[in-house]
Amino acid sequence: MEQPLLSMEGISKSFNGIKVLDSVSFSLRKGEVHALMGGNGAGKSTLMKILTGVYQADEGEIFIEGKKVSINDTEDAKRNYISMIFQEFSLVPTLTVAQNIFLTREPKNAIGILNDKECIAKTKELLKELEVDINPTDIIGNLGVGYWQMTEIAKALSQNAKILIMDEPTSSLTKKETEILFNFINKLKKKGISIIYISHRMDEIFQICDRITILRDGKKIATESCDEITMETVIQHIVGADLDKAFEWKERFYSIEGTPILEVKNLSSGTKVRDISFRLYPGEILGVAGLMGSGRSEMVRAIFGIDPIDGGEIFVKGKKHTIKSPTDAIAAGLALIPEDRRMQGLILQHSVKENIILPILSKIKKGVFLDERKANKIAEQFVERLNIKTDDIFKTAGLLSGGNQQKIVLAKWLANNPDILILDEPTIGVDIAAKTEIIDIIRELADSGKSILVISSELPELLAVSDRIIVVHEGRVVKELKRKEIDSEEVLQHAIQGY
Amino acid sequence: MPSKDIKMNDSFNLQNNLSPAKRLKAFDWRNYIVYIAFVGVIIYFSITLHDEGFLTTSNLLNIARQTAMISIMGVAMTFVISTGEIDLSVGSITALASLTAALALQAGLGLFGGIAAGLGTGLAIGIINGLLITKVAIPSFLVTLGMMGIVKGLAMWITDTAPVPIVHSTFNFLFGSGDIGSIPILLIWTLIITIIGHIILKKTAFGRQTLATGGNEMAAKFSGVKTSKIKFLVFVGSGLMAGFAGMLYAGRMHAGRYTFGEGDELSVIAAVILGGTSLFGGVGTVIGTVIGSLMIGTINNGLIIMGLDVSQQMIVKGLIIILAVAFGRKTLKK
Ligand SMILES: Nc1ncnc2c1ncn2[C@@H]1O[C@H](COP(=O)(O)OP(=O)(O)OP(=O)(O)O)[C@@H](O)[C@H]1O
Ligand SMILES: [Mg+2]
Repeated sequence: MEQPLLSMEGISKSFNGIKVLDSVSFSLRKGEVHALMGGNGAGKSTLMKILTGVYQADEGEIFIEGKKVSINDTEDAKRNYISMIFQEFSLVPTLTVAQNIFLTREPKNAIGILNDKECIAKTKELLKELEVDINPTDIIGNLGVGYWQMTEIAKALSQNAKILIMDEPTSSLTKKETEILFNFINKLKKKGISIIYISHRMDEIFQICDRITILRDGKKIATESCDEITMETVIQHIVGADLDKAFEWKERFYSIEGTPILEVKNLSSGTKVRDISFRLYPGEILGVAGLMGSGRSEMVRAIFGIDPIDGGEIFVKGKKHTIKSPTDAIAAGLALIPEDRRMQGLILQHSVKENIILPILSKIKKGVFLDERKANKIAEQFVERLNIKTDDIFKTAGLLSGGNQQKIVLAKWLANNPDILILDEPTIGVDIAAKTEIIDIIRELADSGKSILVISSELPELLAVSDRIIVVHEGRVVKELKRKEIDSEEVLQHAIQGY
Repeated sequence: MPSKDIKMNDSFNLQNNLSPAKRLKAFDWRNYIVYIAFVGVIIYFSITLHDEGFLTTSNLLNIARQTAMISIMGVAMTFVISTGEIDLSVGSITALASLTAALALQAGLGLFGGIAAGLGTGLAIGIINGLLITKVAIPSFLVTLGMMGIVKGLAMWITDTAPVPIVHSTFNFLFGSGDIGSIPILLIWTLIITIIGHIILKKTAFGRQTLATGGNEMAAKFSGVKTSKIKFLVFVGSGLMAGFAGMLYAGRMHAGRYTFGEGDELSVIAAVILGGTSLFGGVGTVIGTVIGSLMIGTINNGLIIMGLDVSQQMIVKGLIIILAVAFGRKTLKK
């Protein structure tokens, strides 16, 4: 068999004496898309950080084309043709595409004056070769996230990268952007570029990957060709047990007779929310479907008092409420779990516990002081319930794996015990076991009388959790469906795309 | 529920039982750099300046007196910096407050009149700062930079740069000159303010929300924290404590004077950062600030005893601050 382009052998890594990678081996062929999968905190990102020199392995060796290399920083990684595609942080939003791609390597003349023309021309050439349709003089900040990624990739390739690492690249892309990215990945493959692809989305993996490696609790479980492994086996490897009843819908019973707990009438806000009306009944789970950019997130931002409301009315338990700030919304019994949780939901340098108790500080006071014992108990309870993988509740939230950070934000709002819970993409970035768990928790909450609004782009999940679904298109509610009436994903898909 | 038989949390439980030895290993000395440095400075001067009487009670109490105002303003500044903001106006406020207090006493308004004038001055300027920052949304750096000039100008203008003597002996005793037993009243004030500040920051919802505001303002807002209100209050607190420090200068010197507190804003900020509070917000410690202030004061004192002149003192002080912060910086890779 041909020699792999990259092989990592017996990699181990501990943080504070806790092993997060245990003798993991991984290999990558030329022109291959290799999926790296595993539950939240399994060690995927850590393994890739070792490959890119962000962390150093405690044990183990890395070979590139059979030659042993040592990678101590990102410069070393670049020298070995390895490049990580970050989503946000390595592009300067105020510079143009060309300026970003050639940052620190700008073409200049003998006396150091920048040659903008050459910079633009070179960028144009590069983008043409990659068949991407971006104007080199566009300001990055004005482009969609999908284009940022392509710019990132173009930048990496202009620095001769042969191995690209993508860590959950589609989590903030629309369906269309995802398709464009996948086409692009196929082109890269043909050029002999190898890609390590981390994602929690099964369908994507089977769509574009050649091989798949699965980690669980820091150990490698298997490496298989995607043609020879079934989705069930992959899930079983990830979870370590069978997960049979995932995403199964059961009819729930509640009354839609009385006063709705939340009623929104003709809501408008900004340019994205034009005319939204819906009712949410006590004990109901109302799903919100729609394409990305249809105004779903903006709708909940307005309801929650983050964006100003231009028109329309909001009634909570039949009483009209003027909601001008999140504080007003929380006082009215609402809670919002935002979509962009890292930015909007989490204080990275604070502990798991401090993050969880932030919205309920006023409820855990003993006199004027905080009741730390009670706070610890609440935090511990939710860490256990949501299976948040952390050393203890005092660990800095920023040190947890991406999916576990997501779970902290969930925990935080569940601890607040609101009457009306709004969840915007609750399962982004969490592993399959946690997705199932989150769906169960949502249903349990509804059974206990809470009312829940769920926005999701993942149709199987939306179908598994909702009692009723409204479809939003261009800032308007265009359709309302009872879950009972939807027999397949296609029906919903059709309802969403039929405008 | 399907999740009940998922064995994912086995490793989690294992991790939860960190052995004491491992906990010790996880101890990060960088968090305690200011305490270590402070002890180091004391030991160093005790040895080298033993014969000059560095370690005598009277010298140590002197250090406590000299640093009281910086420590007290530092306690309030810790809150400001914890929210990710800055207050450059505190030095000027002390000057103006010393004068308003002195003028009130001179006008025969009595002890409480003097206190009300001093504290009121700080309070009023703090409120103006807070409103401009939260309502008009001007960055705190600019608001307080402007305010620093305005207030200083006012302080020079109200008495045409003339000092105002204070003959009210109770005021002078309470706010600066007095000793209770052999303990300087300034040390007592420092202790009281430090303890109150520490408790507010670490044990109350307000403190938690202050840190949350600085840690990630957006997330704090989404969590229902009234971040504008928090910011407003920390500036009011900072103004108030600067006013209080102005009274302490006045009581100690038996006069109000526009030169009091000159350059104090920098010493205060240095003490806060040296103590371990993050200049970017989200992480703050009141005790650290006070130790930072004591350390700067101790170095000053030692250098004076050593006979260094002012220019040399400034250089050494600057170097030590940069070194301490550099060592304390987390070099942990992200
Ligand atoms: N710098 C660090 N200090 C301490 N623990 C860390 C650090 N970085 C990662 N960890 C721990 O290592 C484990 C593996 O994390 P990693 O980010 O590799 O998971 P992951 O597989 O990428 O998960 P996810 O799917 O949630 O992104 C986690 O338990 C995490 O808390
Ligand atoms: Mg990860």
